[in-house]
Amino acid sequence: MSTPFYVAPEQVMKDRADYARKGIARGRSLIASTYEDGIVIVAENPSNTLHKVSEIYDRIGFAGVGRYNEFDQLRIQGIRHADLKGFNYSRYDVDALSLANQYAQILGQTFTNEMKPMEVEILVAEIAEDGDDSNQDQFFHILYDGTVFDRDQYAILGGDADAITARLEDGFEARLAVGAAIQQAQAALAGPDRALVAGDLEVAVLARGNGRRTFRRIVEDELAGLVS
Amino acid sequence: MRYDEGVLIAGDRRATSGNLISYRTMQKVFPSDRHSAVAIAGAAGAAVEMVRLFQLQLEHYEKVEGKELSLEGKAAQLSQMLRQNLPAARAGMVVVPLFAGYDLRTNTGRLFQFDISGGRYEELEYGSTGSGSLHAATALKLGYRRDQGRDSAVDLAIEALYVAADEDSATGGPDFIRNLFPIVATVTSAGYVQLEDDEVRERSQSLVDELTSRNTSA
Repeated sequence: MSTPFYVAPEQVMKDRADYARKGIARGRSLIASTYEDGIVIVAENPSNTLHKVSEIYDRIGFAGVGRYNEFDQLRIQGIRHADLKGFNYSRYDVDALSLANQYAQILGQTFTNEMKPMEVEILVAEIAEDGDDSNQDQFFHILYDGTVFDRDQYAILGGDADAITARLEDGFEARLAVGAAIQQAQAALAGPDRALVAGDLEVAVLARGNGRRTFRRIVEDELAGLVS
Repeated sequence: MRYDEGVLIAGDRRATSGNLISYRTMQKVFPSDRHSAVAIAGAAGAAVEMVRLFQLQLEHYEKVEGKELSLEGKAAQLSQMLRQNLPAARAGMVVVPLFAGYDLRTNTGRLFQFDISGGRYEELEYGSTGSGSLHAATALKLGYRRDQGRDSAVDLAIEALYVAADEDSATGGPDFIRNLFPIVATVTSAGYVQLEDDEVRERSQSLVDELTSRNTSA
């Protein structure tokens, strides 16, 4: 019987992390930021049907980058978690923090115990209940290994995040009108060397004053009228 | 009942336990999602829980799949829940809902009646359920006009509930003392809209006035 080679745990983790990062870097990035009525999420996504951004619950949105089938599976698990909790207890008891922890557990478990880590980064965003204090809007950015970041004002997901962060930070303005906020994200995603048009973007908002379910997609003519 | 812009659904506010009025502010008409509504009759606890689960199912489907179920799909879902409730119904926990909605595929209002085993029967004009349904249905039958507008549909619904309350002890009429009135809602292409209490009170008042003057002048 052959003896398996010894591989140091550090090496295993490093290889997995590299593998996940490479997978994520192949995809396109997205930006979520506050705007005057809540949170706007702008993703670079030429497809009209395969969504990266979607609704989880009344005031909670989801966005993912990386491998589509993996973050879509997480999205559905999140919806199930939120819907069950809201049904068993009350709608007020569903919050982004608990959902983010749940996601962190799943991603962390997969990262340490499975052969292949998930090649995804996800965002759980929640707008504050009422009033206009956008400081209470929350962004939980969760990495492929289960690391959770609590972002303030904006979150950037994807392989190109460093460059996009540098561009967005430069003159970032919170609580812009929806059109200006989309354009700010659009410019940061595109960078100086290329232009993104409405057809390249997937945009959705969590908007206060939108009723119980605050999530709304901005599509087609409305989007074309708002982008630069 | 159907009317020119869509469909209207209305319910009284009374719940009873045996001969007692146990609750005067019961809600029997609910939005099931943006483009549909459900009304309940039967065992209150089981019925309200069924509505909650139905609302959850529709919203869950919409979020997971990224689009609403078709109106027929929603009605089929409710059938399935009734079928699951059949053992409880045989033990006495009977739930008989009405389902109404705006069909975005055909651009019409549509409504469905059910039986306790999940049988589903689409009505083309109007439907009724509950202890007073026989009397309500008679009033609807006499007053119903195809292609009626919203206002006459609202008046007819309030009248039918009044007639039912007049004959059936388990149906509540308009209560001007406590300011409690039937819940009336419309579902059109613009979605589910519940009428303001003020409007229902005014229309109930004019119905009562008319009936009163009919009796005094004769």
